[in-house]
Amino acid sequence: MRARPIRPRTAVCAVASGTVVGRMVSPDNAEPTRSAGPVVSLRDVVAVLGRFPALAGASLDVEPGEVLLLKGPNGAGKTTLLRLCAGLVPLARGEAEVLGHNMRTERDAIRRHVGLLGHQNGLYADLSVRENVRFWARTAGASAEEIDAALAQLGLDGRLASVAAGRLSAGQRRRTALACLIARRARLWLLDEPHAGLDADGRDLLDDVIRRAVRSGATVLVASHELDRAQALATRMVTVAGGLVYTEQNANPSGAQPGTVN
Amino acid sequence: MSATVPNIQSQQGVDASWVSRRWRGITSTGFSRFLGILAIVLTVWLVLFGLIFSPPDITQQSSVRIMYIHVPTAWVAYLAFGVTGLSSAMYLFRKKHSLIWDRFAGASAEVGVMFMGLTLVTGALWGRLTWGVYWAWDARLTTTAFLFVTYVGYLAVRRLGGSHHARARRSGVLGLLAVLEIPLVHFSVKLWRSLHQEASVANPSGDVKMDGLMLFSLFVGLIAFSSLYFWLVLHRQRVMYLEDRYEDADLDTALAERRAESTGGSHG
Amino acid sequence: MWQTARLVAAKDLNIEWRSRQVTNQVLPFAGLTLVLFAFALDRDDITARVAPGLFWLATTFSLIVLVQRAFAVETSDGALDTLRVAGVDPAGIYLGKSLALAAQLIVLEALLLLGVIVFYASHIRPAGIVLVIITALLATCGLAFVGTLYGGLAAGAKGRETLLPLLLLPVVAPVLIGATRAFEAAFGTRGGAGIRAGVEISDGWPWVGMLAIFAAVFGAAGVLAFGPLLEEA
Repeated sequence: MRARPIRPRTAVCAVASGTVVGRMVSPDNAEPTRSAGPVVSLRDVVAVLGRFPALAGASLDVEPGEVLLLKGPNGAGKTTLLRLCAGLVPLARGEAEVLGHNMRTERDAIRRHVGLLGHQNGLYADLSVRENVRFWARTAGASAEEIDAALAQLGLDGRLASVAAGRLSAGQRRRTALACLIARRARLWLLDEPHAGLDADGRDLLDDVIRRAVRSGATVLVASHELDRAQALATRMVTVAGGLVYTEQNANPSGAQPGTVN
Repeated sequence: MSATVPNIQSQQGVDASWVSRRWRGITSTGFSRFLGILAIVLTVWLVLFGLIFSPPDITQQSSVRIMYIHVPTAWVAYLAFGVTGLSSAMYLFRKKHSLIWDRFAGASAEVGVMFMGLTLVTGALWGRLTWGVYWAWDARLTTTAFLFVTYVGYLAVRRLGGSHHARARRSGVLGLLAVLEIPLVHFSVKLWRSLHQEASVANPSGDVKMDGLMLFSLFVGLIAFSSLYFWLVLHRQRVMYLEDRYEDADLDTALAERRAESTGGSHG
Repeated sequence: MWQTARLVAAKDLNIEWRSRQVTNQVLPFAGLTLVLFAFALDRDDITARVAPGLFWLATTFSLIVLVQRAFAVETSDGALDTLRVAGVDPAGIYLGKSLALAAQLIVLEALLLLGVIVFYASHIRPAGIVLVIITALLATCGLAFVGTLYGGLAAGAKGRETLLPLLLLPVVAPVLIGATRAFEAAFGTRGGAGIRAGVEISDGWPWVGMLAIFAAVFGAAGVLAFGPLLEEA
């Protein structure tokens, strides 16, 4: 067995013995941020979609500044995990804290600081690229310069800016959604298949966007099947399968050695 | 397998307050049996008094007997919708957000819709016999019809799905909105009718001369239907509780299956 | 809250300006309804008499279409999810969408009024113009508030196309009744059972009060309730 599931029992043991699974795996990141606490902390989380338990007792800790890659087969629960962190999926059982706030009771405090790029882009088809970015940025109180910067960063400041979002290609829509996300200045980025539809240039831009976000203090969770690309960026990698989270070796070859939980 | 099932607090954990424990246990107790027996006995009484002992009305003859069902069902329906509104408020505004209130709201609305349907049917039959028409655009009738449709909509919203608490929140808001809506509808319909010329039919009620036995029959009807209402609501909310619990129990098997998925794949 | 409301309203109106869906589809629909009413009633004297009622009925039907459209825009590409994740103030979203809806309704009503005057040979008494304007404004506010509230409730739900009319139509009944009576007073016509003409303008004002109460009650309810309703569908 390559991956070791964070079974709730072991997680309880780990907490009881004063260690947290995530830190054991990536000791390099752990020390400087210990005081701040994990950005995401899930304990035995169950999330139900209709009758289907998309998450079946998942536990996960994400430290500040991490770029965590979630991999796993289709239908494993990656999307639900990200949507749960965004406060879109209710917690059926278990405990979840995001950015230090309880997911059950303080959802409003979490939301302002979370940005989600889901399967859907959240764009208004009839509005232009610039209008879309401007709307989403201004709901977060961003200034005009930040909006322009976000557009420029994704190469949307030229002719494309005035094209209606509905007329764009899938990759261009993805880029527009990313620009909206940048302008919103989230502290926790949740990217669900961000590579989907992007061409080579777009993927470079995406990597760049993620690096900049981390540099500005954000934490990033990426669910992706583009393992080569994502691994180059990720500081750590976990596998999601059957609604559970399995920790695995460090994604970054230059990083620490694979850790195990005692 | 059971050894690895997480020690997770159940969804009912939130709910296991004194309220739910007390009300959950209220079916198949002495009290609920008493209510049921009372409802049966009083219904038999109502049949005897309504159909046999009470005299026919001077003007309406035997059609007056419909009143012994019509008036109590109307009363119970209004009571039921009141309970729905109150329970909705209890769910939304109490800190605990106990699902027990949501189930009471839903159970009460279901029973209320049923009784309101009976009210409309018996009212229409009585109207046909007495006024010669099934329906008149009288303020009270119109409000009643609107209420009926509103709570049919409420029940449709309850069936939308989602988690128990999502259902409770959505229908709770709707239950309160319905309470806001009722006076507005009633007021507007009343104003509408009063500004118009007199309704083309006789004054709908109140001119029924009641003798003692008739009043008593009506009284028996009120008590009979009220106890029937309480009995039905208690048992309906109990069934709803069991349904919710059944879904949660389903969840435990579904969870086990879901977790097994990961061992069957590339990670086995 | 008001800042958000302004943003959302401007966004919704901008979308309408770009797509012209209301102009190109809802307006003809409403106009068509008026024509079909005339076919169904088939008597000039009757259509003239019931014109106010038909006007508000056509407006109510259009309201349902407009509300569906207003929330289809939010749900088609997951914008509603993004609004929730971004923690945009629900009260602001509610007011913004209501405002945009009201603006579209006002334009629709102005054109429908023209249609009623042309098709049904209605005429507004000069003294009734103020009554018509105030009635239309208050009724529109009420319709927009209720429409947005129930639209938000039905948004994202299965079978929302059929659920919305079921929920919305009973609630807007007071507006339909009130606005119709007030318009009758302004038009000097009277539908329904009493065939006497000669309604006084002053007969309309109690209805205006009722419409104001309706708008205020549901506006306040919407501001409070929209947040809980938007939480996971």
